[in-house]
Amino acid sequence: MHPAPSVILFSVLSGLGFGFLAFLGWGALTPSGWAAFLLWGLGYGLAVAGLLAATFHLGNPKNALKAFTQWRTSWLSREAWASVATLVLLAPMALSDIFGLGLPRILGQVGGALAILTVFTTAMIYTQIKAVPRWHHWLTPVMFLTFAIAGGAMLSGRTWAPLAMLAVGAVLLAHWRVGDGAFARAGQSLGTATGLDRLGVPSVLDPAHTAGNYLKREMIFVVGRKHAARLRKIALGLASVAPALVLLLPLGLFGIALATVLHLAGALAARWLFFAEAEHVVGLYYGARG
Amino acid sequence: MTALPQTTQKKLGLVIDLDTCVGCQACVTACKGWNDAGIGLSDHDPYGAEPHGTFLNRVHSYQVVVEGAPAQVVTFPRSCLHCDNAPCVTVCPTGASYKRAEDGIVLVNEDACIGCGLCAWACPYGAREMDAAQGVMKKCTLCVDRIYNETLPEEDREPACVRTCPTNARHFGDLADPGSAVSRLVAERGGYDLMPDMGTKPTNKYLPPRRKGPGDASPLAPLLDIRASGIAGWLDRMLGKL
Amino acid sequence: MNQPRVETQREVGDEVRKTTCYMCACRCGINVHLKSGKVAYIEGNRDHPINKGVLCAKGASGIKQVTAPSRLRAPLRRVGPRGSGAFEEISWEEALQTAVAWMKPLRETAPEKLAFFTGRDQSQSLTGWWAQQFGTPNYAAHGGFCSVNMAAGGIYTIGGAFWEFGQPDWERTKLFVMFGVAEDHDSNPIKIGIGKLKARGARVISVNPVRTGYSAVADDWIGITPGTDGLLILSLIHCLLEAGKIDLDYLAQWTNAPLLVTEADGPEKGLFVRNAESQPFVIDRRTGHPAPWDGKDVQPDLGAEWQGNRTVFRHMVEEYLKPDYAPEAVAARCGVPAARIRQLAAELADVAFNQAITLDRPWTDFRGNEHANMPGRPVSFHAMRGISAHSNGFQTARALHLLQILLGAVETPGGYRLKPPYPKPVEAHPTPHFVTSPGKPLTGPHLGYVRSPDDLCLLPDGQPARIDKGFSWENPFSAHGLMHMVIPNAHAGDPYRIDTLFLYMANMSWNSSMNSARVMEMLTEQRDGEYVIPRIIYSDAYASEMVAYADLILPDTTYLERHDCISLLDRPISEPDAAGDAIRWPVLEPDREVRCFQSVLLDLGARLGLPGMVNEDGSPKFKDYADYIVHHQRRPGVGPLMGFRGNGEAEGRGAPNPDQLNRYIENGAFYQAHVPEEAAFYKPWNAAYQDWAVRLGLYETPQPYLFNIWSEPMRRFQLAAEGFGPRQPPDHLRARLKQAMHPLPIWYPPYGDEDAAFGYPVHALTQRPMDMYHSWGSQNAWLRQIKGRNYLYLPTKLWEAQGFRDGDWARVSSRAGTIVVPVAHMAALNENTVWTWNAIGKRRGAWALHEDAPEATTGFLLNHLISELLPDREGVRLSNSDPVTGQAAWFDQRVRVERVAAEDHPRGMVEPMFERLPDPPRAGEGQQNSSSKNFAKNFRRKFLARDGKVMR
Repeated sequence: MHPAPSVILFSVLSGLGFGFLAFLGWGALTPSGWAAFLLWGLGYGLAVAGLLAATFHLGNPKNALKAFTQWRTSWLSREAWASVATLVLLAPMALSDIFGLGLPRILGQVGGALAILTVFTTAMIYTQIKAVPRWHHWLTPVMFLTFAIAGGAMLSGRTWAPLAMLAVGAVLLAHWRVGDGAFARAGQSLGTATGLDRLGVPSVLDPAHTAGNYLKREMIFVVGRKHAARLRKIALGLASVAPALVLLLPLGLFGIALATVLHLAGALAARWLFFAEAEHVVGLYYGARG
Repeated sequence: MTALPQTTQKKLGLVIDLDTCVGCQACVTACKGWNDAGIGLSDHDPYGAEPHGTFLNRVHSYQVVVEGAPAQVVTFPRSCLHCDNAPCVTVCPTGASYKRAEDGIVLVNEDACIGCGLCAWACPYGAREMDAAQGVMKKCTLCVDRIYNETLPEEDREPACVRTCPTNARHFGDLADPGSAVSRLVAERGGYDLMPDMGTKPTNKYLPPRRKGPGDASPLAPLLDIRASGIAGWLDRMLGKL
Repeated sequence: MNQPRVETQREVGDEVRKTTCYMCACRCGINVHLKSGKVAYIEGNRDHPINKGVLCAKGASGIKQVTAPSRLRAPLRRVGPRGSGAFEEISWEEALQTAVAWMKPLRETAPEKLAFFTGRDQSQSLTGWWAQQFGTPNYAAHGGFCSVNMAAGGIYTIGGAFWEFGQPDWERTKLFVMFGVAEDHDSNPIKIGIGKLKARGARVISVNPVRTGYSAVADDWIGITPGTDGLLILSLIHCLLEAGKIDLDYLAQWTNAPLLVTEADGPEKGLFVRNAESQPFVIDRRTGHPAPWDGKDVQPDLGAEWQGNRTVFRHMVEEYLKPDYAPEAVAARCGVPAARIRQLAAELADVAFNQAITLDRPWTDFRGNEHANMPGRPVSFHAMRGISAHSNGFQTARALHLLQILLGAVETPGGYRLKPPYPKPVEAHPTPHFVTSPGKPLTGPHLGYVRSPDDLCLLPDGQPARIDKGFSWENPFSAHGLMHMVIPNAHAGDPYRIDTLFLYMANMSWNSSMNSARVMEMLTEQRDGEYVIPRIIYSDAYASEMVAYADLILPDTTYLERHDCISLLDRPISEPDAAGDAIRWPVLEPDREVRCFQSVLLDLGARLGLPGMVNEDGSPKFKDYADYIVHHQRRPGVGPLMGFRGNGEAEGRGAPNPDQLNRYIENGAFYQAHVPEEAAFYKPWNAAYQDWAVRLGLYETPQPYLFNIWSEPMRRFQLAAEGFGPRQPPDHLRARLKQAMHPLPIWYPPYGDEDAAFGYPVHALTQRPMDMYHSWGSQNAWLRQIKGRNYLYLPTKLWEAQGFRDGDWARVSSRAGTIVVPVAHMAALNENTVWTWNAIGKRRGAWALHEDAPEATTGFLLNHLISELLPDREGVRLSNSDPVTGQAAWFDQRVRVERVAAEDHPRGMVEPMFERLPDPPRAGEGQQNSSSKNFAKNFRRKFLARDGKVMR
């Protein structure tokens, strides 16, 4: 799949944002005044920036409001609801923290749960796609949730945050390991895509079209094996190992900031790979896989 | 709307005969022409270094290495299969992508489309292409603006690709009706689904290439041993027949 | 659930205009839907005899042809050096005056100094007539580099040809065998036919080195070695003869098999034995005595020997029963196992004789014999360029016709059927005319069918009279001329220099020439301060590669903006059951300063005062082409169009009808005259058909004839080569004439095979993609997205031997040149053959495409490998053509292929890469703005970063 910056930014930023909002909602931190404003602002900022980035992926954003209509069937619609509900529900909590209104924490706890649910709906947008076997696995939501929770824990300065960061690494490794065999396990080949496995072993002779099209741009992206391996190391190091180590050091806020920057860079790399390494079965028609 | 109908009264679709398709691309441009005039299918940089445009039907060309026989070439048209269990419909957040209850045609309501592309991701067959100029998703409509179009002569009320196909490799009809010509073709010729394991239950079917190879006529027996009898002997035997 | 309302009642346009397509030579009927005066949609016309409603990829893309930015917009005069592309726009008056100023002195002094050659011209009856009235012998269209072997091989054998001049009896045939057929003439009808066969499960076999398209759907594929089809066919004949599986009755009645061949040495040897009335005759089996060949109730004796003279049949049997033709003897050469050849022969015999059919249609033959029914052999064949574009193509075409004849499968139910005006024997065709006389027309048409050396176009000194050396000893039967030799010969001054080269719709500086790079030099070379070819006038609708090499451009209209006639005088749109002709008419008015070339030609003719184009007072006789189509009469009552003549009811013959074009338009732009049912088969001998053809004006008198298994015209050339007769060939051509002009179909290795010994072992072919028509496709916004670049396809053996990988390139060399091109692997391919799609490659800057268009950077031509001349033989270089017809031997090409790994070709562009052509003034917006940044980006993305397989 084409690793579009809009979707990468969207899923990374909103994942971190909603993860952090969850921790704020749950009261992991109980800041007040300016501090509360800045922290809640960071959470909201990340989440909203992510959502805005996502709209750049839309061809026709003027109809965006219609995306709330199909929550019964569509994970994307559910995500729209969940994210808005989260943002709306947590707003009083944030105001309460900032202005010391003393609203009950239960509001934040529900909002925090919704934030996690939002991340889950985001993950399900990808997980549900059977045509992309690498995504179509329960580890995908686990990975998204792990990122969100670890990110939230990091930003909210949980002592177990280094462990969470290591969990991110473990889940990433697992997702890669499972994902690398997913396409083969899905059992689809040019033979099944065309039904020509009845005759023998098909391969592409002439391209259907030599010019580009949406499918080739959007869904057929080939990343070099060496390049991917190198990027995986970087992603693992930056998203998981490095922030875990930094968080173990007694650096205080600076440590959190440094860990966040490292983690974000790693998450972006990991998410780039999440798209770039994901093969859509439509690529079979174009000879992207034997 | 993005819920799939429980059942559809008809299952209109195409049956594509891979034994007959010569890969001439006629269906590709007939589709392009008809739908460009209708819903609009843009071309970007049409005379430039990197042209790319929206097409709803593509014809691939594959070679097949066959055990114990010469390799074959099969040309393969690919367009929307109007699946019963269309994943492109259920993922749509706005309801723009839907399957009609009356005839099973899967359509995009462009007025509701936000161009998120998720439906195209969900489709295993690459049936959908986002139009770069309009920012909305385009797909085969089974020429819904032809098949019911009373401004057209009755014989023309079939998809543009079917009407134009020079070898008659494309057949249009109701696959829910076991007595229809298309259903009979599927039954007689072993019509099959693409990627059945994806669980999409496509309406369109493909007819496999027929068995290829030498015929089964018995070898010719020489009239006589020409080396022994000479041409004269051959002439006698041959012309004696007259 | 409430579903959205869908607009299902969309109106396609506000008007439908029916005309004829011109996206290739097929000439299908189209419905052009217009909306507010603009083309909205083009579809096939269901009533049209050619396409019956269907339309190919090209036809449906015609809408992009009328808006192409490459359309020329006004006459142009060259202002910079030739080839530089520097032009200024001038008025039509100025353009026409210039052309007249160049041509008029030539006509008055030396008409042969004007050479007028047309490419994909569909108005040859006009262009040929114009050249004839001008008085130059130098006229032909593009048949010489297209498929004249197919036409001439057929005419000389069965009085009709494959091409689009006949077709299998699609309704009845049970076995259809194709030789060398790709996307050739004619396109949609063959597809429709194959569709019909497939629908009823009839069997299709393809003999072709490449298994694509029709060969891909064929039930069986024989991946023959190029150039050996003739040998395979003669081996099939050997098998059939050996088993006695031939149609003796058919041979005795309808062919020259029972005629007697002179045995005695001397100037008559090998010619037919003739009686006192100079008529050949047969021996009647009932009496054992001579009897007229066309006598009623005569039973010709195929095995006769009379006064030491044996029948054609006996000669034929003796030839083909030779062990040289046994499958085992030819298998290796053909690349087809002997058992496969025997199997194919058995299939042919089985269907022809065990599955014969009979139509209950009584008919009477030209001898007056009555037949109760029409027996048929449901085997049919088609063949095209794959066999004809070889230097043995004429004889191979003849061999295939002989095979059909032996099976009794020509003009019989289930077999191959000719379309009016065919059948038409050699005798009904003119001989070539060439004698010039300043200020006077030629006495007859240029192109014709030579019967003997007396008909050759030779000057008194024995030199060729035509600039292309057509109808000379080098290519005696060059019925379509040799357009591919015009520029090389004119440049060499061999046989003489010319002054003005006048070309129409022929991309001679690119894909229509052999050795294109050298041709570009020939066009620009100067001698004594003047171009070697001093003046070039060119007419085209688009900014093709050729435009840059002309001095004066006469911009043509697109096909939707013009009148045309698809005439019985030329290449009509007949079907076996109906003669047919058609028109084009301006369904759109041109929006720029362009004119229909044929109208321009008539205007020029009037200004030059050419007979037939001016009234007695010197005023123009025809207002424009439309006026000519209606009012011109080739013979009294016979004009370009057969329908709606006289008062509007007359068919074939009748006075000009001023309302004729309107009647055609009302009728869907075509007309059909139906063959009566009893005349539908056995046409060459069927009295009812002959009478119908005379009534329609196809002939003036009935023209029954016998199929020519033994060709007397060919034997006459052999006799000359043997030293008999007053007209003698030059010595260096004697051996080749003796071989090639054998009166029976024979096989000899294509001349290109000699290159194998020089380190060029691999055959190299091209074929036209079904969705492109030579140069015209690449400017089309839709079609170029489908095929904007091409690959050289390599067979598995070659691919593996050199360790080729996806994304690699190859250096391909021949004795003429070297190219570096992208490659791809193909398994379903003859193991010693490489091939690519024809004419995808464009020169940078041409056709209003961006200079970095894939057509220019990665598309390529094989033309650079193909020499227009054969290697030097005793100081003589003959043209790379069939020795009989002069057909360009494109497919004789042999090459060497060497791997160039992707990483060793970082430039990622084909070689040779020619200088960018500057953009001439034209209708559309500019595409030529160079963007080096973009190019670097594209180039990186295309050739470095990605896996080659995906990019394909």
